[in-house]
Amino acid sequence: MSARRVVVTGVGLITPIGQNSNDVWEALQARRCGLRRITAFDPSRFRSQIGGEVDNLKVVNYVPKSYRKSTKVMARDIEIAVAAAYDAVTDAKLVTRCLIDRGQVEGPVSVESTRLSVNIGAGLICADLNELASALQTAAGANGQFDLRKWGEEGMNNLTPLWLLKFLPNMLSCHVTIVHDAQAPSNTITCGEASSHLAVGEAFRTIARGEADVCLCGGAESKLNPMGLMRQQMLGRTASRNDAPEAACRPFAVDRDGVVISEGGGLLVLEELTHAQARGARIYCEVTGFGASTNAKDWRAPEPDGAPLALAIRKALADAGMTADQLGMAGTLGVGTVEHDLAEARGLRAALEKVADRLPVQATKGAFGNNGAGSGAIDLGIVAMCLDRQAMPPSLNTENTDPACGLRLVHEATESDLPAAVSVASAMGGGQHAALILKRWEG
Amino acid sequence: MAPRRVVITGMGWITPLGDEIESVWQKLLKGECGVGPTTLFDASTFPTTFSAEVKDFDLRRYLGDDETDRHTGASRNSQFALAAAQKAWNDAGLDGADGIDRTRVGIYLGGGEGPIDAINFANAAILGWDHAGGNGSGDLDTVRWAEAAEQWLSAVKEFEQDPNMAAGHIATFFGIQGPAFNTLTACAASTQAMGEASNLIRYGDADVMISGGTHSMIHPFGVTGFNRLTALSTRNDDFMAASRPFDQTRDGFVLGEGAGILILEEYEHACRRGARILAEIVGYGSTADAFRITDIHDCGRGATAAMRLALKNAGLTPSDVQYISAHGTGTEENDKIESLAIETVFGENASKVAVSSIKSMLGHLIAAAGAVELITCVLAIRDGILPPTINYKNPDPRCRLDYVPNKARPAEVVTCLSNSLGFGGQNDSIIVTRVKE
Repeated sequence: MSARRVVVTGVGLITPIGQNSNDVWEALQARRCGLRRITAFDPSRFRSQIGGEVDNLKVVNYVPKSYRKSTKVMARDIEIAVAAAYDAVTDAKLVTRCLIDRGQVEGPVSVESTRLSVNIGAGLICADLNELASALQTAAGANGQFDLRKWGEEGMNNLTPLWLLKFLPNMLSCHVTIVHDAQAPSNTITCGEASSHLAVGEAFRTIARGEADVCLCGGAESKLNPMGLMRQQMLGRTASRNDAPEAACRPFAVDRDGVVISEGGGLLVLEELTHAQARGARIYCEVTGFGASTNAKDWRAPEPDGAPLALAIRKALADAGMTADQLGMAGTLGVGTVEHDLAEARGLRAALEKVADRLPVQATKGAFGNNGAGSGAIDLGIVAMCLDRQAMPPSLNTENTDPACGLRLVHEATESDLPAAVSVASAMGGGQHAALILKRWEG
Repeated sequence: MAPRRVVITGMGWITPLGDEIESVWQKLLKGECGVGPTTLFDASTFPTTFSAEVKDFDLRRYLGDDETDRHTGASRNSQFALAAAQKAWNDAGLDGADGIDRTRVGIYLGGGEGPIDAINFANAAILGWDHAGGNGSGDLDTVRWAEAAEQWLSAVKEFEQDPNMAAGHIATFFGIQGPAFNTLTACAASTQAMGEASNLIRYGDADVMISGGTHSMIHPFGVTGFNRLTALSTRNDDFMAASRPFDQTRDGFVLGEGAGILILEEYEHACRRGARILAEIVGYGSTADAFRITDIHDCGRGATAAMRLALKNAGLTPSDVQYISAHGTGTEENDKIESLAIETVFGENASKVAVSSIKSMLGHLIAAAGAVELITCVLAIRDGILPPTINYKNPDPRCRLDYVPNKARPAEVVTCLSNSLGFGGQNDSIIVTRVKE
C-alpha cells in the first residue's frame, strides 16, 4: 500500500485559558493561568478547591438552529466536544453542513459526508449530580437512606426519559457526527488521558489506508464537578496549594504535589494531503508516526521505569522512519503528581536517550490543569501550533525542575528550529500509552 | 505493503447460558433462553423485573487464588473480561507458548463502564440534598455531599469503574505490552473493537490482538436508564418469551451481561506456531448515521453503508454471504430498520440469506454483544448449522427476511456477516469466513 499522507489542517481548542486555538496560543505566550478557586460549585469541603473552568460556553453558538433543542441533552463533556469541533472546522476553513445550516457560508461542503470521519476520546461522564440527586431524594426511605423499591415504583420517573443519553461516552462523537453530517467511521476511545492520542492515532491510520479523507479527532472531558473532583481526591491525586491556584499545578517540578482538575478538550482536523492541497488549506504539520503500548505489570499505577511509554515512543519513531535526534521538541502530559511525572520523564529519557539532554520539553497543565480524556488533544493542538509557528510558549510552574525527571522544560517563550515533535500521553489509571510524531510542513 | 491476513485462533465467553464455548453453543442450538428474574438487585418494583444474568460467577475458577487476589477490586465487567480472555488465550494454545513477542500483542476491547456503585451513590446524594436550597425548590449542597461521599463511596470501586480497566487487567494478567485501546460506542462497541483490532494486525501495528467486549448494565441505574428510554421489554409475566426479535409483538430488548473475547492473529504468525485456525476476518465497515441521537435513520442509511463497506473491504458480494448475525435487539425500531437495510444491501439475495438474533436467548450484552455474536458466527461456519431466533411467532410485515425461526437449521455456511448498531447511530459490520489455505 502506498500510504496516503496525513496533515493537520485545523485545531479547535476549548480550555480555561481560551476557546479557540489562537486565543489559547496568545494566553500561553502571555503566561496566563486559567486555574482558580472553583466557582461551579461550593468546593469548601474538598481537599483541593481549585480547578480550571471554561467560562460562558454557549453550545447553541456551535450548532445549527435546527439542532438547538438537542443541546438540552448534552452533558458538559459533550458541549465541549461540540464547541471544539466547530472551532476546528472553522479554523480549517472547512465547509460542513453545520456552517451551511447556520448560514455562515455557502455550499457545497468541502468533503463528502461519507468521507468525513469523527474519532473522539471521552471519559466516564459524570452524571449531573444536582439533576440525579433531585430525583434520588424522592426515593429516600423511612431511615433516610435510598429505598430501591420506592425508586423503581416512582422515583425514577423524576428523571427525563432521555437521561441515559446525556452520559453515554459515545454521545460526544454522535452529536458531532450529526452537527457536521459526518457519516464515515466514527469511534469513541475511552482510555483516560491516553484517549485523545489513541483517537488521533487511529484517525491517522483510517485516513492513511483510505477509509476517510478528513477526520475530526481528539477528545474532551470535564472533571470539573463534585463527582469528578471526589474521584481524584479519593485516589489521593489532588494538588494542595488552595491559596495559590496559579502555582498549584507544577509539572515535573521538584515541589509538585498533584493534579488540578479541569474541563476542556480539543479536536484536530486531520486531512489527506492532496485533499488539503486541492482546497488550498493551511497546513500546520504532518502526522508521520503513531505508537501505542500498555503497562504489563500494573494497571493501577505508572510503571516506575517508564518502560511502557518508552516502547510507544520507539514505535512511533520507527513508524515515522525517524530517529530521536531528528526531533525538535517533545510535548508531555505532565499532570503534576510525583509518580506519574517521574514515570513519564523516565519513559521519555529511555526512548530518547542522549537526545533528552538537549530536547526542549513542553508541559501545559500548569496553565489549565487536567481534564482527563481531552487533555491529550489540547496538547497535540498546541504542539501542532508550535510546529506551524516554529516557536514554543513557556511551560508554567516548571522552573524548579525535578533533577530526578531530568527534562529540559521550556521556561520562556522561545523561537526555535522545530523540524518535528513527539507528543505523548498515558492514562493515569488503566495503563494505556500512546505517542505521535508530528513533522513540520515544508510545503 | 499488501494488507496482512487476520485469523481467529481462540475464543472465550462468559454468558447467561454458561462459560464453555461448546456447551453454550449447544444450548443456543437447542433454543434455550438465559433470561430470568433479576437477582443482582431488588428490581421488583421496576418497570422491568427480569434480565439475562451470568449466574454463580467466580473469578477464582478461571484465574486461581493468587491471581484472583492480585485482581481484587476488579469490577464485574473486568472480571468477566479476565475470565473470557483466559479461556480464549488457552483456547488459542498461547498458554505457555514460546516465542510470543509481547510487544507485538495488543488489546482492543469494547468494554463498558463498570457497574455504578448505585446504592452508595444514592445514599450520598440523599444526604447531600438540601430541601431548603435552590430558593426553596431544593438543590444539592456540595459541602454536605462531599462529607457523605467520603463516607459512602469507595476509591477502588470508583477507580475500577473506568471503561479502560478491563484492558488494564488483561494486560497485566498476560504481561501484554503492545497497543491497547478501549472503545465505547454503546451497543456497537465490541464489533468496532474487533474491526479496529483486525486493522491493527492487517497494517502491521500488532501480530496478535486480544479483542472483544465486556459489559454489565444490570444495576439500578443501568436498568433505570433503559427503562426511562422505554427500550426494555416489560413483559414481566412472560420473561422467557420477552426477547422476541423481528416478531410483530416485540416490545423492547432484554438486558443481558457477559463478555466475549477472541484472539485475532496474523495468518503467518498463526501458521508458524501451528495454531488451529478457526476462521478469517475478511471485512469490516464502520459508519455513523449522523441523523439523530434518539432514532435510527429511517432508511437505515448508516447500517446499509456499514454492510456495504464491509463487503467491499472483503472483496465479496452479497451472494457470498450465507448468514447474518443481526443486531436484532427486539425493539420496534431496530428490527424494522435493520431488516430494511439488509434488503437494501442484499437485494435479490435478501430472501436467500439467513438472518438470526441470538439476543432472543442471551439478551442484549450491550458493549459485549458483538463479540459474543461473532463467536457464534465462527461456530456456525465450523459446524454448518445456524442458531435460531427464538420466540418468533408473529411475522411482522415490515420484517420480511428468513430469521431462522425457533429452530436451529443445518446449512452450508462459508461466510457470515455480523451487525452491531449502537445508540446514537454508530454502525459496525464485520465479516468472517472459512479459511482458505
